Amino acid sequence: MGLDAELLGRLQFAFTIAFHIIFPSFTIGLASFLAVLEGLWLVSRRDVFRNLYLFWVKIFALSFGMGVVSGVVMSYEIGTNWSVFSRVASPVIGPLLAFEVLTAFFLEASFLGVMLFGWKRVGPRLHFLATVLVALGTLVSAFWIISANSWMQHPTGYTTLADGSLRATDWLQVIFSPTFPSRLAHMSLAAYLTTALVVGAASAWTLLKDRSQPESRMALRMAIGMFAIVAPLQLLAGHESGKVVLEHQPLKTAAIEAYWKSAPDQPQSLVGLPDRDAARTHFEIAIPGIGNLIQGVPKDHVLQGLDAFPRADWPVVGLVYWSFRVMVGLGLAMIGLGVWGVWLIARNRVEESPWFLRAAVAMGPAGFVAVIAGWVVAEVGRQPWTIYGVLRTADSASPVGPGQISASLLAFIVIYAIVFSAGAIYILRLMAKGPSPEAEGPPEPEGRAPGTPLAAVPAEPEA
Amino acid sequence: MTLDLPLIWAGLIAVAVLLYVLLDGFDLGVGILFPFARSPKDRDVMMDSIAPVWDGNETWLVLGGGGLFAAFPLAYSILAPALYLPLILMLLALILRGVAFEFRLHGRKRGKAFWTAAFAGGSLMATLAQGLVLGGFIQGVTVRDGQFAGQPFDWLTPYSLLVALGLVAGYALLGACWLIWKTRDELHGDARRWAVIAGGATAALLAAVSLATLIVHPRVAARWGFEDGHFTQGLLPFLPIPILGAAGLLIVAEGLRRKRHGMPYAGAALVFLSGYLGLAVGFFPAIVPYDIDFRQAANADNALGLMLVGVGIMLPLILGYTAWVYWLFRGKVSAGEGYH
Repeated sequence: MGLDAELLGRLQFAFTIAFHIIFPSFTIGLASFLAVLEGLWLVSRRDVFRNLYLFWVKIFALSFGMGVVSGVVMSYEIGTNWSVFSRVASPVIGPLLAFEVLTAFFLEASFLGVMLFGWKRVGPRLHFLATVLVALGTLVSAFWIISANSWMQHPTGYTTLADGSLRATDWLQVIFSPTFPSRLAHMSLAAYLTTALVVGAASAWTLLKDRSQPESRMALRMAIGMFAIVAPLQLLAGHESGKVVLEHQPLKTAAIEAYWKSAPDQPQSLVGLPDRDAARTHFEIAIPGIGNLIQGVPKDHVLQGLDAFPRADWPVVGLVYWSFRVMVGLGLAMIGLGVWGVWLIARNRVEESPWFLRAAVAMGPAGFVAVIAGWVVAEVGRQPWTIYGVLRTADSASPVGPGQISASLLAFIVIYAIVFSAGAIYILRLMAKGPSPEAEGPPEPEGRAPGTPLAAVPAEPEA
Repeated sequence: MTLDLPLIWAGLIAVAVLLYVLLDGFDLGVGILFPFARSPKDRDVMMDSIAPVWDGNETWLVLGGGGLFAAFPLAYSILAPALYLPLILMLLALILRGVAFEFRLHGRKRGKAFWTAAFAGGSLMATLAQGLVLGGFIQGVTVRDGQFAGQPFDWLTPYSLLVALGLVAGYALLGACWLIWKTRDELHGDARRWAVIAGGATAALLAAVSLATLIVHPRVAARWGFEDGHFTQGLLPFLPIPILGAAGLLIVAEGLRRKRHGMPYAGAALVFLSGYLGLAVGFFPAIVPYDIDFRQAANADNALGLMLVGVGIMLPLILGYTAWVYWLFRGKVSAGEGYH
């Protein structure tokens, strides 16, 4: 059959949403980081926090812009490519997406303007409030979109009417479906972790060139503190999420761990090449006897394998299996980096360790890779359904031919490649330059207007 | 008393789309006018005048799309595939112009030139695409068994192209009026000139689109009381709508003649309101012209009810802080002021 409309539609959606998720997973954390920086500056009046704010807010503006425009795409693409899904799902998750627009998008968009351009027009407290509201907006947005997605993973609180359409019966069960709390925690922590790693990498890069750069020293310590705490927490949250998946989506767990047969006392597969057609894993390295322990169930508990489900319902096992291993592998590396960093900070030698700084730079993109890998686990692991057990992906697509979808897919790839490369270059250029106390302030051609944050800054260093 | 939820939601979506057109219309219009600026400095000021508000403006488009998905899923699921290509074109164009706000500040010589072109071209393409969507919508969509059943290029007709041109002129008028309001000196004078040209083009194209609609679409014509080449008494109840449009154009003209700063924008907004109402009466209560009305397309009552509670709480807040942001950035924009 080749590249049919369904597969092209899936590729297009996967491409556009993977591109989109890069930005929220960074800006959710960065908005909170900026709020913390501005709060610290308001309380302590130390220039280092103001300079860091003014440096990172530029990177935030670039990333947020790309997140906004790639997000607008999603709100229309559901209809252009998945019209049957949108008609079927809307009675239940329509309100969730509407609430995302009403409670988050307007808040972010409106106060972003104040945050970026309002320095001279509002007082420092109001400016801080704008930053906090933008940060809040990013989290509220994550709340609703993860809620809608979790409902698609394991739908609850609805009923199917005689004509086949869905109706919500209990909104709380729709919003707080069983997989939602653990997935929201997992995603929010992932966003904070991603940001901490980027901040750490950019600061480490500057410190490799100039060990005494005060802003980067501060930011590196803040970043290490953040990922040293969040990375282990993320391991717990991920484990919790895995337990929920085992309970509600055992088929996904079987694909993640390549359990081909239902059995008690499953081995823990470490690496291998899962072969969906042969229903076995080639070249597998596995540790016998600990699979059940890692899943948190007794040894004699039968863990369902893929053979417990019809073959037509199996996801692409190899992709789910390997994405999961990439995510977990990077997560463990993040924990290692955190431990190393804390140990160096405790001995006050973090700037003197070029190997640590290089490792921190290398780990800069790790959060993005882990987030995308995690989403592949969640979304490919849900296939072949859009709404698990209710609506198959094959039945969800729009009546749109492969010609239109391939043309638009090509156009998305070209435009996104241009936008992404340019955005990445501008962000990396800023990072390479690093925060510099003098050059980074907003221009002050007409002196400092009263009542602005700048006015509150002493013109000279503290007398 | 029971609330007529589908009707309320039809009204809410209509207001969201109208607000989108009036708000993002002027910042898309500024993009359309970008190539005509005298100097790079003028272009910077033009961009600074909309930089703090464009993102909020575009959010009304997300509310329009997301709201249609959530309130009238049947309409959303038919219209989006029917207008597939112009919608995708609009999204791609909005991406290019949206990132240009930040990218222009960071690009060096060639990069800045590229993103300047991307902002102008993206704004123009997005407007044309919205016009094609609108034209394709007015001329009607082929529906069978609750699904789009037409061809990929059904939306592409001389009529939809005429509508697209009309929207370009209209947005350019909104953009020029915005710049009259927000800028001074030479740029302010240029904006007046642009408003004269765009205003004339808008008037001519609005008249052409109105006539074409009456000739091409007999159902709309019948609604307007236009039969066998002449108007009947059926026109009378709708007469205030074209009068409103004419009044809007007069206000624009008077505002320009008397060198007023805010008046032209108010007039242009009235022209848009008139065009919007004119279209709405043409196909109401259809939400997918001309087979599906808004009641058939409406979501389940419990979903509409829940969302109405959300809107009741959030919409006043949104309107409040949006107004506050506009008030905060009131007054004329000066060079270099917009930088963060």
